[in-house]
Amino acid sequence: MAKVVLLLGDDISTDHIYPGRFMATVLPSETPKYAFADYPLNEKLNAGQIPPDSIVVAGENFGCGSSREQAVSALKGWGLVVIAKSFARIFLHNAINLGLRVVICPQLEAAEGDELEVTEKEVINHTSGKRFPIVPLPAARQAILDAGGLIAYTRKRLLEERGGY
Amino acid sequence: MGMTVVEKILARATGRTHVQPGEVLEPCVDLAMSHENSALVINQFQEIFKGTGLEARVWDPSKIAIIFDHRVPAESAKTATNQKRIRQFVREQGIQKFHDIRGDEGGICHQVLVESGYVLPGYVVVGTDSHTTTHGALGAFAFGIGATEMASVWTLGRVLNVEVPQTIKVILSGRIPPFVGAKDVILALIGKLTAQGANFKVLEFHGDTVRRLPTSGRLTLCNMAIEAGATSGIVPPDEETLRYLRSECGITGLQIEDLLPDPDASYAEVVELDVSSLTPMVAFPHAVDNVRSVEEAYGLAVDQIMIGSCTNGRLEDIEIAARILRGKKIARTVRLLVFPASYRVYHQALEKGYIKELLEAGAVIMNPGCGPCLGVHQGILGDGERGLSTTNRNFKGRMGNPNAEVYLCSPAVAAASALTGVITDPRQIGLTTEDNLS
Ligand code: SF4
Repeated sequence: MAKVVLLLGDDISTDHIYPGRFMATVLPSETPKYAFADYPLNEKLNAGQIPPDSIVVAGENFGCGSSREQAVSALKGWGLVVIAKSFARIFLHNAINLGLRVVICPQLEAAEGDELEVTEKEVINHTSGKRFPIVPLPAARQAILDAGGLIAYTRKRLLEERGGY
Repeated sequence: MGMTVVEKILARATGRTHVQPGEVLEPCVDLAMSHENSALVINQFQEIFKGTGLEARVWDPSKIAIIFDHRVPAESAKTATNQKRIRQFVREQGIQKFHDIRGDEGGICHQVLVESGYVLPGYVVVGTDSHTTTHGALGAFAFGIGATEMASVWTLGRVLNVEVPQTIKVILSGRIPPFVGAKDVILALIGKLTAQGANFKVLEFHGDTVRRLPTSGRLTLCNMAIEAGATSGIVPPDEETLRYLRSECGITGLQIEDLLPDPDASYAEVVELDVSSLTPMVAFPHAVDNVRSVEEAYGLAVDQIMIGSCTNGRLEDIEIAARILRGKKIARTVRLLVFPASYRVYHQALEKGYIKELLEAGAVIMNPGCGPCLGVHQGILGDGERGLSTTNRNFKGRMGNPNAEVYLCSPAVAAASALTGVITDPRQIGLTTEDNLS
């Protein structure tokens, strides 16, 4: 169970999540500092007030816009979980590739401060007592999820093809 | 069942005769493009090889393109150091399609790729940039990916786990009216589809409007397909595609017949738009699909106007701006920044005299590159300022300041507004249609 620390509307772009002015920063160890840079949440994250597994709830088309992977590594760095009604393609793929936890939950109703639990099939809002079904992540990406991310998956494929060790 | 253009390309790239939406494939990549974010790709690429005992070599250095454009010349020590690392990697790996910060061959990645002849009909093109959709204008299946996915492509030469997307058929019909252009068409279409209306799908452009549209306008259409969420935009290649590749890149002898969509191809949806009575359009802050006619924006004072970007920085865009501003002065209340999309465009605009005309009108000519489009440097907006721009995104903070506003428009609207200092309909500034080029 974890708290909703940020409630967002539809069409939140990667410019909102990780503004372009910080794009010279690429290392996953450095990007979290700028997560949601223009939101009050940023200060709380950097002050260590947001525990890992905290939840960002968003509407439709979360992560639209730029392909910048910093938007994913910045959120992953804080151990955030994103539950959205739907995701934009590149963001969703980047999230799966890097292992950011993302959940597609089209009917979710939640407010900031609500306590949510994510199970295999649904999101349970313990504050309101309501349950909302989850849409599975794209089956095409399952192999990457299973391998623990795209780096590990590509490494495995590379070794199968070229041998190694 | 017949196939769409993208289905045909994916069949070819996987050595199959037929594919259908939903299948999961590993298409071979013909061109893999990245820009300054190669710094991150390099990290991830080296990470993949860690512990394998294999030397970290890219799969094919002739199929990788790296273009510096997002922050040129470097705006910070951090960027300069990233660029230095990338140059070293390019040398070590023998990467051939590298465009550094140079006055003869530099520019914005999406412009450099097409004018250099790197993209051909039928290609699978991936780029670590969401506007990689642009290259569909030449009949390629081109889509944006993240840096880690690019590292995977550099390693294996294929994109792993690609789901064959569904295609939306977009039929554009009618003649585009004077002072209205491809930018207005795509803005109107995005307004209709919404910012997520084409998520996970391809927009395949058809209709007499598209057939008549030169490649420059097709590039604008496909460039902004991503703003409706599309995986890619694509124009089935035709005579115009061949003409462009022949005259701009000296490429001949291409076969395009087997890339045309089958008459019985199946589409997720058909969207039609008659452009014959279209007006110039403006996207209001802070969403690209917040599109209205220029008439609704008329009179809004603007502080800075930008003409450029991978959407509208081509010769035709600079030409219409020069025609509107020729012999006149821009208002004292605005700053007009012009970024040719590439140095080739810059040279051509110089030769045609457009650069001089723009300078004399009061415009500042900037070096080809992305400029303030993504809000890093070269024209950040001040608090409470309103920017008008021919770029493709107006998300809050996009031009470097969350306390500023960005309105999106065509080069004609941008130039007309530069004359008055307020958002202006180019049809109302007393030009003859001879001045119109769109
Ligand atoms: S001009 Fe703007 S949209 Fe185009 S590649 Fe550069 S930053 Fe991206």
